[in-house]
Amino acid sequence: MEHLLIAPVVLPALVAPFIIMVLRHHLDLQRIFSLASVVLLAAVSLTLAAQAADGTVKVYELGDWSAPFGIVLVLDRLSAMMIVLTSLLALPVLLYAIGSGWDTRGANFHALFQFQLMGIMGAFLTGDAFNLFVFFEVLLIASYGLMIHSGSTRRFQAGVQYVVFNLLGSTLFLFALGTLYSVTGTLNMADLAVKVAQIPAEDTALLRVGAVMLLLVFAIKASLLPLHFWLPSAYANAPMPVAALFAIMTKVGAYSILRIYTLVFGPEVEATAGLTEAWLLPAALLTLGAGAVGVLGSKKLGRLAAFGAIASMGTLLIAISLFTQTAAAAALYYLVHSTLAAALLFLVADLVMERQGQWIQPQRPMPQTGLISALFFAAAIALAGMPPLSGFLGKLLVLDATRNANLAPWIWGVILLGSLITILGMARAGSLLFWKGHGLPADEQDPSKDLPADSLPAKPAQLPFVACFGLLGGLIALTVFAGPATRYAEATAAQLYAPSAYIDTVLGRTAE
Amino acid sequence: MELLVASAVGILTAAGIYLILRRRSFPVILGLSLLTYAVNVFLFATGRLVTGAPPILNKYQEVAYTDPLPQALVLTAIVISFGMTAVVVMIALGAYLSSRDDGTAMPTETDGAGEDA
Repeated sequence: MEHLLIAPVVLPALVAPFIIMVLRHHLDLQRIFSLASVVLLAAVSLTLAAQAADGTVKVYELGDWSAPFGIVLVLDRLSAMMIVLTSLLALPVLLYAIGSGWDTRGANFHALFQFQLMGIMGAFLTGDAFNLFVFFEVLLIASYGLMIHSGSTRRFQAGVQYVVFNLLGSTLFLFALGTLYSVTGTLNMADLAVKVAQIPAEDTALLRVGAVMLLLVFAIKASLLPLHFWLPSAYANAPMPVAALFAIMTKVGAYSILRIYTLVFGPEVEATAGLTEAWLLPAALLTLGAGAVGVLGSKKLGRLAAFGAIASMGTLLIAISLFTQTAAAAALYYLVHSTLAAALLFLVADLVMERQGQWIQPQRPMPQTGLISALFFAAAIALAGMPPLSGFLGKLLVLDATRNANLAPWIWGVILLGSLITILGMARAGSLLFWKGHGLPADEQDPSKDLPADSLPAKPAQLPFVACFGLLGGLIALTVFAGPATRYAEATAAQLYAPSAYIDTVLGRTAE
Repeated sequence: MELLVASAVGILTAAGIYLILRRRSFPVILGLSLLTYAVNVFLFATGRLVTGAPPILNKYQEVAYTDPLPQALVLTAIVISFGMTAVVVMIALGAYLSSRDDGTAMPTETDGAGEDA
């Protein structure tokens, strides 16, 4: 069963071409296979997570080449948590895409979806920096296709910007990897950690350049403030179910920061000490501020959700940028929460946009207003971090973890003020969308008014609501089982900040 | 040779960045291609510049050798950047054909009032 570790990468990689080549003309079969793949992926991820839960680090050597020479996949608590989150996010998103008919509006939705999952899973599992680049490219190239799915003019224009920005990021990634390789002679993350620690502090100018470039790349993916410009128009113009899946993509950047800057350039590495902390925290604070103000200022629902995602990335990166164990544990809990909450908001935004367009303005009450407004309400309080949902607990954990930091007053101020502005923005959008419309005069041309209720032209699909309530159920579960979840996050953070077990296992140095 | 390679990387990068900052999509794509050439040459140089040496270690005597790994990395990078350039050309073409405008900036939107109402 050791080969199970590579299954999250291989399974979608096999299903996607199968869908393209064999099932091209059978939408129903495509849906079945795509769903089956995601369900299987969830089962595999959960099995792997159960194996990693006791703190063992499992290594899969591709082609049986041992670590510094071959590429390895590594499973530890953090990777396991991320792949479980990915597959549990993918399931409702896929259900929504099927239920709302988004997958019929263009070609190859399901194949691209599987390729995207393959890239994300690979990025979370790999133990090799260059392999990380390759999986970044896999997930990006699939995301380009998904982003312009069922294209329109604006979607294409936003797509060009998104692709160009990310290609620049990829080039920078290669420059960074080249620099690191020229200094250390290796790209295996565990081996990098060993080599970086051995380099005397006066010879580390190039290494520091490489570390900063790498941080820039991950900051682009994580939409840290000066590098976030690609996100609002890309997410707002992408199909909303796709944007919901993209909620995990910014987390890939956050994961990479957490992984590389605890394992390779950890806090105790002299060469890069103080390099990341000094820049990351102010930038994260600004990200949260910009996201919150963006939520308040959005005129379109897609942009509202996109800025909500940016604000949650800000909070997450604040917790990560402290680089302490307790802050990392808080960050991990918040990461799970913010992924689910942002995805829920995107899906609810799509429910609204399908019924009354993308602008946030008073409109006639739409079908199922009650249900949709309740879902919007839940998504808004989750993303803004209000009780009773897990966002509140997540923010509380972050605030608690930053209590002793140098900039604690700033952090507390920005997080609390940012939450307030986010709540205001969500409240404004919600009342405009769902309440103001009741005062508008009814439209005489609306045919459904005169017809009896059971002869409505198209019965609205149930599956989108199932998907939304699934995500909401995830958030509620995260709240109810906050105790076990926090304990898992704490154990994960402890494993991250004691990287010697990871390094020893990957390099095969265990004394057996 | 070091000077030549270094200045080649530098000039390619500078030209690439300049072109990426243009407003139309064709120069932007050209700039991206130049930048990927720059990064390929750079990656190639990260294994140290050696001429006429085989990529083989000899454990019996000290011989000059060239590092094969960066060459493998460059191959991967070339393949990926080739595919990416094709994708960006197709998306830019889609944007151009549907809007009859090859600017890379998002056009300013009219306010929602009145539209979609």
